[in-house]
Amino acid sequence: MSLAELYNGGAVLLAEVPRLDWEELRAAVVGEVAVGGRLAALTGRPEADGIEVLAVLVRPEQGCLAAGRALVGERFASLTPACPQAHWFERELAEQWGVVPEGHPWLKPIRFHRSYRAGRDAWGRSPETPILPGVTDFYRVEGDEIHEVAVGPVHAGVIEPGHFRFSCHGERVLHLEISLGYQHRGVERALVAGPDRRSIHLAETLAGDSTVAHATALCQLLEGLGGCQASPRADVIRAVALELERLANHVGDLGALAGDVGFLPTQSFCGRLRGDILNLTAELCGNRFGRNLVRPGGVAFDLDPERVERMAAKLAAVMRDVRGAVELMFETSSVMGRLEGTGVVSPAQAVEMGLVGVPARACGLDRDVRAELPSGMYRFAQVPVSTWHTGDVFARAWVRWLEVQRSAQFIGDRLAALPKGPIRVDSPPIAAGSLAVSLVESWRGELCHLAITDPAGRFASYKVVDPSFHNWMGLAMALREQQISDFPLCNKSFNLSYCGHDL
Amino acid sequence: MTYEVGGGSMIRAIRERWRQGYRTMAYPEQAPVLSDRYPGRPALDPARCLADCHACSEACPTGAIVADPGLSLDLGRCLFCAACSNACPRGAIEWTGDHRMATRSREALVMKDRELELALSLDVTLHRLFGRSLKLRQVSAGGCNACEADVNVLSTVGWDVGRFGIQIVASPRHADGLLITGPVPENMRLGLEKTWMATPSPKLVIASGACAIAGGPFAGHPEVMGGAAATLPVDLFIPGCPPHPVTILDGLLRLLGRLDSAGRSDSPRG
Repeated sequence: MSLAELYNGGAVLLAEVPRLDWEELRAAVVGEVAVGGRLAALTGRPEADGIEVLAVLVRPEQGCLAAGRALVGERFASLTPACPQAHWFERELAEQWGVVPEGHPWLKPIRFHRSYRAGRDAWGRSPETPILPGVTDFYRVEGDEIHEVAVGPVHAGVIEPGHFRFSCHGERVLHLEISLGYQHRGVERALVAGPDRRSIHLAETLAGDSTVAHATALCQLLEGLGGCQASPRADVIRAVALELERLANHVGDLGALAGDVGFLPTQSFCGRLRGDILNLTAELCGNRFGRNLVRPGGVAFDLDPERVERMAAKLAAVMRDVRGAVELMFETSSVMGRLEGTGVVSPAQAVEMGLVGVPARACGLDRDVRAELPSGMYRFAQVPVSTWHTGDVFARAWVRWLEVQRSAQFIGDRLAALPKGPIRVDSPPIAAGSLAVSLVESWRGELCHLAITDPAGRFASYKVVDPSFHNWMGLAMALREQQISDFPLCNKSFNLSYCGHDL
Repeated sequence: MTYEVGGGSMIRAIRERWRQGYRTMAYPEQAPVLSDRYPGRPALDPARCLADCHACSEACPTGAIVADPGLSLDLGRCLFCAACSNACPRGAIEWTGDHRMATRSREALVMKDRELELALSLDVTLHRLFGRSLKLRQVSAGGCNACEADVNVLSTVGWDVGRFGIQIVASPRHADGLLITGPVPENMRLGLEKTWMATPSPKLVIASGACAIAGGPFAGHPEVMGGAAATLPVDLFIPGCPPHPVTILDGLLRLLGRLDSAGRSDSPRG
C-alpha cells in the first residue's frame, strides 16, 4: 500500500494518510530509504488501543514528502536494524510513550523524563524511582589501559549543557557516547492544545540561534493548515532573515574553529563580525536574533528603501572583512594541517545515520531543503547547494564558507528586488483533523515541524525535529580513532544544538 | 589557493590585522549605537487606560503585564515582543529604546507608576573584592543559546569586557560568581547547584534573561524550575529575551559601581 504524498508546508486530511500494519509501514520506510529517501520524522501519539506511529519521509527526487501511519502495541519489531537512521527516533518513542521497539540495538532514554502515559515505562522503572539525567548504562570498552573520560553537563565555555563519555586508549578515542536531556523544557507538550499566544515564542526559543528558522517552520505550518500564503514581500523578508541567521552562525563557527586550533587572528575578527551580522538582523526587527519578526501570515516588520540601502551597504562592508578573515585562515598551512583529515565521516555513514545540513553536505550529499523541497521565497530564487567531499573538519568549515558567500549574494539580490505588497495577511482558523508538515533549511540543516489537529482545529500532537536530532550521532562517529584533544574541534565543526534536541 | 610555509602567512596575518582595524566600541564613554527598532525599556502611561480594558494582558504571552488594578509590567517576565503595545488601543505602552534595565531585586522589576530602580553598586566589602576584577562562570540551565551568544559576544574585541576587569572563566573554582541563563530545567537543577557549591564564597549570582529571572516562555512548565531565583539567591537581574549585550554590560558595570547615574563611565577609560 502506498504512502500519502504531501508538500512542504502543506496539509492533508489525516484520514487520507494510510493506516498500515506496523510491518507494512516498516517495509515502506525501508523501501523509501533504499531509493534515496530519508526519515524527516517518526513520532507517536496515543490512541485508545495503543500508540499510533506516524512516519514522514523526504522524497528528494520528487520534491515531496510521504507519510504513513501504523498502530503499535506495547512491543513492536524495531525498525532500526534495517534502517539505522531510525535509532534515535525509536529511543524517543520508547521514552515518550513507554513502548518497546524490540531488537533495537541500544535502547536508552534520550532526554530523561517520565513517559507521557502514566504507568507505562519502556524500562519498567517505577513511578517512585527518580529519573536523573545521565544516569543510565554507557557503552563500555574493556581491556588493559582503557580509561573513560567524562565531560559535562557543565562545560568550560559559554555553551549549553550535555554529557560526553569517552572510552580511550591513551589519547586515542575508541568510542564517544553522548548523553543529553539537561535542557529539556517540555516544549512539545506545551505546544499541544495550541496554537495560542505563546506558541510563536516557544518556536522562537526552541533553539535561540535558529529563531528565524523555527519561527518560519511554525508559521509555514499554520499557513498550510489555514489554507493561506504569506505574500511574496513577506517571503522575501523571511528569507533575508533566514540567510542572515545562517551568515551570522557560519561566520561565528569559522571564527570558533580558528580559535580551537589556536589561530587567534581569524577567531578575533570573526567574533566581532558575527556581532555585526546580528546587528543587521536587529536593523530589520530590533532584535539581534530575529525575535518578533516572523509571524503567522507574514512578518511584523517592513523594509523601506532607506533601510534596504543601509543594510546592503553594511552587509557589503561586513563581507569584505569576512572574506579577509576567512581566507587568511584557509591560506595558513598550520590551520589546514589541523583541519584536514580530522574527524572524518564517510558518505556511507552519513547516509546510514541520516545526517542533514552542513555535516551531510561536507560528505558530498546534496541535501538541502531549500533546493529539494523549496517553500516560501526559495520556490522562486534558488541558492546553489554547497558541498565538499572529504567529510572532515575542513569540509565542514569549507562548506560553511561556501554557504556564507552564497547567502550573502542571495541577500543582496533579494534586497535589490523587493516585491511590492502587504507584509502580513490574516491567517484563517486552522483545519481540523489534518496533518501538516513544514521543513526549513536552518543554518544547522533540515528542521521539521509536524502537527496533527483535533476535530476542533487545535494541535492534538506537535513534533519538532531539530537538525541536531539527526546529527549528534554523526559527531560521535567522527570522534572514533581521533585524539581526545581534537574533541573541541570536531564538536565545533558540527556545532549542534542541545536545547533544539532536548526540546 | 596556495599554501605556504613560513614567513608569508605571518605577513598576511599582520596585513589583515591592520586592515580589520581597531574595533572596540566607545561605550561607555559614548552612548551605544543601537538599531532604531530596538525596543528597549517599556514605559507605561496608566492615565491613558480605558476602564475595563484588558487588551494588553490578554495579548501578553507570559502574563508580564497586568491592566487591573492599575497598569503594571513585570520586566522580569517580559519577552519584549510588543504584543501588548500592538494590542493597546490608547498607546499606554511605549518603548523608550533605553537599554538600562538591570536591578538588584526581583521586586524592582515590576514597573508601576514609578521609575525603574536601576541596580546599585555592591556594598563596600564586596566592592573592594570585585570592583576591579570580576570573574564569572557562565551556566546555561535551559538557555536557548541566544542569551549565551550575547554573553559570549561581550568577550569579543567589539565589547572587550576585559577592559573592565570582567572575565568569563572556565571553572567555578576560579569564579567570583555565576551568570545564569535559562529557566533551570529539573534536569539541570543538580548541575547548577553543584556549580554554585563549587564556587568559593563570597560569591555573586546573576540571572540574565527572562528565563533565568522568571522562566520566560517556559514559565509554568512542570519540566522547569522557573528561573535561577527558585534555587539560588540572586544578586542581579538582567531583563530581556535575550538581553542586549549592552544591557548585560550596563548591569555588570552598575553592580561594580563603575557607571554614574546617566550610564556613563565614572572614570576615563573604564
